[in-house]
Amino acid sequence: MARVTAGLTTSHVPAIGAAIDLGKTGEDYWKPLFKGFEFSKQYMQDNMPDVVFLIYNDHASAFDLSMIPTFAIGCGESYESTDEGWGPRPVPTVKGAPDLAWHIRQHVIQDDFDLTTVNEMSVDHGFTVPLSLLFGQPKEWPCLVIPFAVNVIVYPPPSGRRCFELGKSIRRAIDAFDDDINVQIWGTGGMSHQLQGQRAGLINSEFDHQFMEDLIHRPAELAEMPHIDYQRDAGSEGIELVMWLIMRGAMNAKVREVHRHYHVPASSTAVGHLILENA
Amino acid sequence: MPLEKPYLDIPGTTVFDSDMARTGYHMNQFCISLMKAENRERFLADERAYLDEWPMSEAQKKVVMARDYLGMQSLGGNVYYFAKMFFTDKKSVLYGSSTMAQMSEDEYKQMMIDGGRPLEGNRFITEKDDG
Repeated sequence: MARVTAGLTTSHVPAIGAAIDLGKTGEDYWKPLFKGFEFSKQYMQDNMPDVVFLIYNDHASAFDLSMIPTFAIGCGESYESTDEGWGPRPVPTVKGAPDLAWHIRQHVIQDDFDLTTVNEMSVDHGFTVPLSLLFGQPKEWPCLVIPFAVNVIVYPPPSGRRCFELGKSIRRAIDAFDDDINVQIWGTGGMSHQLQGQRAGLINSEFDHQFMEDLIHRPAELAEMPHIDYQRDAGSEGIELVMWLIMRGAMNAKVREVHRHYHVPASSTAVGHLILENA
Repeated sequence: MPLEKPYLDIPGTTVFDSDMARTGYHMNQFCISLMKAENRERFLADERAYLDEWPMSEAQKKVVMARDYLGMQSLGGNVYYFAKMFFTDKKSVLYGSSTMAQMSEDEYKQMMIDGGRPLEGNRFITEKDDG
């Protein structure tokens, strides 16, 4: 049977991808950020999953205003990096895990979560930056990846509660998959940031640290936090942290913290990163 | 009944909700068109002519040509769409954010390195009014 072996969170700031692509990770500005991922890169090599289920948001790349799915699962065989305006990021083609993705899709829709099924799309920095942070710059990605896109740009995104419950449903689906494979769940985005309006540049480290604590120890209570609290206290773009709750829902009620990293800033964003294992 | 919008009292913040997305639809989709190199070239060669191909309001066209991103946001635009314009102009998202914060790029970048804009005084519009 399939097993969920770890849950991971990380920010997915585009400038991080550019720093990796342009060989700037050793610069003073970037050094402290990447240092916090050294442990994680080794952890991935030592605990390589067969499949990563990667929760992210598309940034008006594959999904612009012409189509806004709240939840979209990638069931395709492969995905290319999007040209977001400066050419596609120079990263390998992402190989999907269609058998597992189609299985999860059917299970989760029957569980009352109305997913949009996507077979052909490109993936932007929200998806490729976490892969680069954890896997570096390989010729081929070392495992299969299922993209799971969440609308957090056109208000309202799904509630924290719905994300948490969806994570539980995804977990039940993975547990019921017959193949003997290891799966990691990655929740990406955040932490506090605001990229627009006169209040651009807002950072709230206190909120971010509390969010990580609550995500680990009190996720059901955290899932009740209304959107307005994210918007007011973590910035208009900080609301994308609801995606972390999908990951947390897919983990056991009790988890063990394996690694934590927090750094301000990457461009305008507070970067948070966790690795959790089921306890 | 109008939509409930508890976020209207957050200072310096416009939430990209249904009303804003409806208002800014064509302006944002114009930004999306700049993801194609040939469109970027055509736009930069004659911005007015390119914009006239889109059913945008005159006010929207003016703020686009002025690169007035705060103005664009007030007319229904969103930063992830503006990003396509930042890149067309060979600018970064950080640059775009700094213009909306009404700071120079260097000042804004330094503010972020120093820990970002603090929450205190920035939670409610009334906090600012109270001085």
